[in-house]
Amino acid sequence: MLPEHFFQRQKKQAHQRRAIDRWFQRIGLLLTLMTLGILGILLLNLAGNGLMRIDWQFLTSFPSRRAGEAGVLSAWVGTLLLMMVTAGVAIPFGVAAGIYLEEYAPKNKWTDFVEINIANLAGVPSILYGLMALGLFVYQFRFGQSILSGGLALACLVLPIVIVATRESLRTIPANIREAAFALGATRWQAVWHHLLPYSTGGIATGVILAMSRAIGESAPLITIGALTFIAFLPPAPVLTHAPFLSFEWLFSPFTALPIQMFNWVSRPGEDFQPNAAAAGLILMLITLSMNGAAILLRKRAQRNIQW
Amino acid sequence: MVWVLRFGGWASVLVSLGIVVTLVTESWPFFAQVPFHRLISDTMWTPLFADPQYGIGALLAGTLVTTGVALLVAIPLGTVLAIYLSEFAPASLREVVKPMLELLSAVPTVVYGYFALLTLTPLLQKIYPDLPQFSMLSAGLIMGIMIVPYVTSLGEDSMRSVPMLLREGAFALGDGKLGVALRVVFPGAFSGLAAAYVLAISRAVGETMIVAIAAGLQPRMTINPLESAATVTAFIVQVSLGDLPHGSIGYQSIFAAGAVLFLMTLGFNLAGHVLRRRFHRAS
Amino acid sequence: MVNPQSLSSASSEIAGGVFQSSPKVRIEKLSFFYGTHQVLKSVSMDIPALQVTALIGPSGCGKTTLLRCLNRMHDLYPGNRYEGSVHVQPDGMDILGPDMDPIQVRMRFGMVFQKPNPFPKSIYENVAYGLRLQGMNKRRDLDERVERALREAAIWDEVKDRLHQMAHNLSGGQQQRLCIARAVATDPDVVLFDEPTSALDPIATSKIEELIVELKKRVTVLIVTHNLQQAGRISDMTAFMYLGELVEFGPTNQLFTNPSKPQTEDYISGRFG
Repeated sequence: MLPEHFFQRQKKQAHQRRAIDRWFQRIGLLLTLMTLGILGILLLNLAGNGLMRIDWQFLTSFPSRRAGEAGVLSAWVGTLLLMMVTAGVAIPFGVAAGIYLEEYAPKNKWTDFVEINIANLAGVPSILYGLMALGLFVYQFRFGQSILSGGLALACLVLPIVIVATRESLRTIPANIREAAFALGATRWQAVWHHLLPYSTGGIATGVILAMSRAIGESAPLITIGALTFIAFLPPAPVLTHAPFLSFEWLFSPFTALPIQMFNWVSRPGEDFQPNAAAAGLILMLITLSMNGAAILLRKRAQRNIQW
Repeated sequence: MVWVLRFGGWASVLVSLGIVVTLVTESWPFFAQVPFHRLISDTMWTPLFADPQYGIGALLAGTLVTTGVALLVAIPLGTVLAIYLSEFAPASLREVVKPMLELLSAVPTVVYGYFALLTLTPLLQKIYPDLPQFSMLSAGLIMGIMIVPYVTSLGEDSMRSVPMLLREGAFALGDGKLGVALRVVFPGAFSGLAAAYVLAISRAVGETMIVAIAAGLQPRMTINPLESAATVTAFIVQVSLGDLPHGSIGYQSIFAAGAVLFLMTLGFNLAGHVLRRRFHRAS
Repeated sequence: MVNPQSLSSASSEIAGGVFQSSPKVRIEKLSFFYGTHQVLKSVSMDIPALQVTALIGPSGCGKTTLLRCLNRMHDLYPGNRYEGSVHVQPDGMDILGPDMDPIQVRMRFGMVFQKPNPFPKSIYENVAYGLRLQGMNKRRDLDERVERALREAAIWDEVKDRLHQMAHNLSGGQQQRLCIARAVATDPDVVLFDEPTSALDPIATSKIEELIVELKKRVTVLIVTHNLQQAGRISDMTAFMYLGELVEFGPTNQLFTNPSKPQTEDYISGRFG
């Protein structure tokens, strides 16, 4: 039996604990809102400084020594062409690798090593991909300081993202779907192509979008391979009006990209180019936020639609 | 068809190989030429100068300080947010907050760099007028914010996977939510949290644009965050902005810096991976 | 080894049809709602002091739900509602009172769970957890209480030389006895056991049954069990529940040999489970 004053003490302790919980709840909410608020502050800051700079002229002009005339034409064209290379390499290789590792490869020490390897690659600083591209693509393979080198560098960078997304979305498909396909006599490839891939397109698409969003925002690897910051021309067009209608010259052209251009403008002393930098940043933010937002929505929808 | 897939499967290994081989072969001349003791004893890093100094400590100091500032922000804030989201916040709030944190980590690092240099630094200068235009403090603070989502997301995942039964045992003894979170959940999730912290370190060490833009490009051997200094990554950027003929001393020096960077982040990544494996096995 | 005969004769001597004028816990018309679904239907029961009361019944009858009402565990999850009252002696505190702080309630009850759940801490710190919560922080006091609790849980001799090793290194049965020590360390009025031996082997089970019978000299015990023989072996009073209602409640001996309700008889004789 506990005497009265023990009850009183317990009551006080309980009350204190409840009060502490209440305080932490408030502080936690406040910190959460503040942290998320930074996203809003970033956007408002960029918009405040750069929104008025965005107009048709800005989007269709080359960079210039005069801030008022400088624009992002070569930058966004460069980004577009870069993404074509990156997507063209990272998606097939990434999805193929993901399928192979998840559905074909036996579980042994070797595949274990590959997994550790992918995890490590995801954590390698992006600038090291640039260094690799510099030594390997620019000089060794003699692609030069070109869109091809840049696109390949970015493709290597985002490859782990695509591989992991592919593996994860294949992994969520329950085993009995595979077993059903095999029981009907399908080869492994038929099972993958006809049964597994259709269910995992949502997850794979999510991963691809996230990968491309990441690639668009990266600048360190491109600086390293020598993406120039003053490009007052456009790379040759991929399509021609005469035979053979497709040109690959653009792959070997020097280039710039949106984040590079922004970096260039931010690095200039004085205030003249700050609105330009803010405008470029705003465009970048809009692109990455909408791509990431789309990926998140896609992921939510994919999770909801398919109920095993 | 399978051989196509198999070829793809080796893609990631090829990339890793490519990175390692390139770093080794292109930095080898540098390390072969420069006596090892000078890497440690020289106090300045000026390999491109006429009288070159090879004190890589100057770059490492920059990386160390900016990383330190970033971690001072990211680890406490990230952990508190992880505890709040895991143990206190209603599920509906969690569903909204987690994707938004993802968005925060998806912001291009040039944009963060812009913010650090042109918005945060002037703000800090109001509080401390002697703060230079470029400072490790400003860059480190923004880097910390960029890293918070990594810590929170991994940390929250680890805490949520601690079984409810463990918490109930503590609640049944009369503990409150915060007490249970700190005394039972936090220790229970520890290797997962440690993995999150280690990966945060790796991320901070490898960050390039924020420090290149806001912390400065001049290597300086200092541990004072109120000064400007170059990190290992910023040095690579600075040299890359100039002319880089293949095989020149500038060319070799950035690969040397890159090799050092690779070793550092490799160590952290492996440690994080081991910790994460240990956590999954324990739970 | 415990002699089943001696246990049940002891319980009938003590309980023997005596009306509890001052029960340890008086449950009056307790109903429990999970959302709109009613899980407990107006249960009324007087739990006698310093005895072992068993709650038996088929899966889903509400026995665990009832147990968890007593220390307000349901408050940890959204969507739950209590009705009725539960008073604890000697002070008459109403556990379900509108101003009653669940934390305060839980400090007076101890709980042992179906699966052992030691904290990721040392053996010593596991037992000291509740003591520290109640404000005890002097090393000497803690040492004394920790030893006492470990002795009461019949595990002191096995762990006295490794008090500062991690608890999860113990075997399943040892972990559960550690959890019992943890629950009794704070001198609770009542200890709630939720199928404590269902995950354990027979030897570990009988060790725990022995110590429960010893425990009741100092604390009131309420034990939910799926195992009819266990209820017969160690309890003084037994409550049979079915579909959220208390069907029958009385001295164990009587309920098992001469149940008054046909449902009780059916369950005990194994006609359903």
